Amino acid sequence: MTSILSVRIMLFLRLFYEFFKTGLFAVGGGMATIPFLYNMADNTGWFTRMDVDNMIAVGESTPGPIGVNMATYVGYITGANEGGLPFAILGAVVATLGLVTPSVIVILIIASFLKSFRNNRYVESAFYGLRPASTGLIAAAGLSVIVSNLFFAETLAEGFSMAFFNWKGIVLAAVLWVLTNKVKQTKKLHPIIFIGASAVVGIVLGM
Amino acid sequence: MSIYPDLFLTFAKVGVMTFGGGYAMLPILQREVVDNKGWATEEELMDYFAIGQCTPGVIAVNTATFIGQKRKGIMGGICATLGVVFPSLIIISLLAGVITAFSHLAWVNHAFGGIRVCVCILILNAVVKLLKKSVIDAPTAVLFAVVALCAYFTSLSPVWFVLAAAAAGIILKNMGVKKV
Repeated sequence: MTSILSVRIMLFLRLFYEFFKTGLFAVGGGMATIPFLYNMADNTGWFTRMDVDNMIAVGESTPGPIGVNMATYVGYITGANEGGLPFAILGAVVATLGLVTPSVIVILIIASFLKSFRNNRYVESAFYGLRPASTGLIAAAGLSVIVSNLFFAETLAEGFSMAFFNWKGIVLAAVLWVLTNKVKQTKKLHPIIFIGASAVVGIVLGM
Repeated sequence: MSIYPDLFLTFAKVGVMTFGGGYAMLPILQREVVDNKGWATEEELMDYFAIGQCTPGVIAVNTATFIGQKRKGIMGGICATLGVVFPSLIIISLLAGVITAFSHLAWVNHAFGGIRVCVCILILNAVVKLLKKSVIDAPTAVLFAVVALCAYFTSLSPVWFVLAAAAAGIILKNMGVKKV
C-alpha cells in the first residue's frame, strides 16, 4: 500500500518537474511549449504525440492562454491514466502550477530591476540567439505534426506507394492554408472557426 | 473589494475572455487593467508584454505576474497568476473528461482526424509569422536551420538547444563578429 502511495507521489513530483522545466525553457509563448510536450511524450509515455496534437486544437479553441490549456490537458490525461477523476484533477493542477512557477519566479526577479534588464547587452544578445532557435524548435514540431497527420509512414514498410499520402488530409490542409493566408474575407477569422470546420469535414469524410 | 481577490477575479476574467493566448490577450488587458482598474498605464502594459515575450513561459502568465507584482508585491503577483490560470483549469478539466469519455466513438475520432489537419496549418502559419521576427540576418538563419534539423532528427531535449542558442547569441554579438 505504501509503495503504491510513494509511486504516485513520485509520479506527481515528476509531472511538476517536467512542466517546471517546460515553463523555464520554453521561450516565446504557448507554441514554444509544443516541442517540450513531444519530448515529454517520447520520454515518459504519459501520453502520446497524438494526444499532443489533439491538445493543440483543444488549447486553441477554449478560453485561456494556449500554453496553460495544454499543460492542464496533459496533466489531466496523465492523472486519469493513473486512476480516476481525483487523480486527473490533481494532475491538471500539478502540471499547471509546474508550468507557471518558473515564470512567476523569473518575473518577480526581473520586476525588481526592470529597466536594466531590458537594456542589458548580454540579455539582448542572448535573445538574438534564442528567438531563431525557439522558432526552429517549433518548426521541427510542426514538421512532425505534418508528417504524422498528412502521410501514412507505416505504409513505407511495404515500399513507397500512393497509399503513403493521406489525400483527404492533404486536400483539406491545402484548402485551409489558402483560406488562412490568401483569401481576404477569411484570413482574419479566429482559428476556432477553422478548427470547427475541420472537425465537420473530418466527420463527413471519415478521416 | 480588497486587493487580492480583486487581482484574482480580474485576471480570471481576462483568462476567460482570452482565446488562444498571447496577442489575443492584449486588447482585453488594455480594457480591464488599464481602462477599468487603472493598475498600469498603456506604456507599462506594452513593456510588460514585450518582456513577457522574451522571458521563459507563457506570455499571459508573465504579464499577469508583472501587473500583480506592481500592485501588491510577491503575493499580488501570485494572486494575479492563479487568477489567469484558474478558468483554464476548470474548463479544460471538464472538457478533457468529456473527450476521454467519448473518445471510443468513431465520429469523435473522425472529428479529431480533421482537427489535426487544421493544427498542421495553424502551426505552419505560426512558424511563418515567427520567422519574420526572429530570422533577421545570416547568423540567425543558420541558427534556425540547425536547430530545426537537429530537433527533428534527434531526440535531444529542447533544453539543450535553448541553452546553446542563448550562448551562441552572446558569443556572436560580443565577439566582434560583423553583422551580415
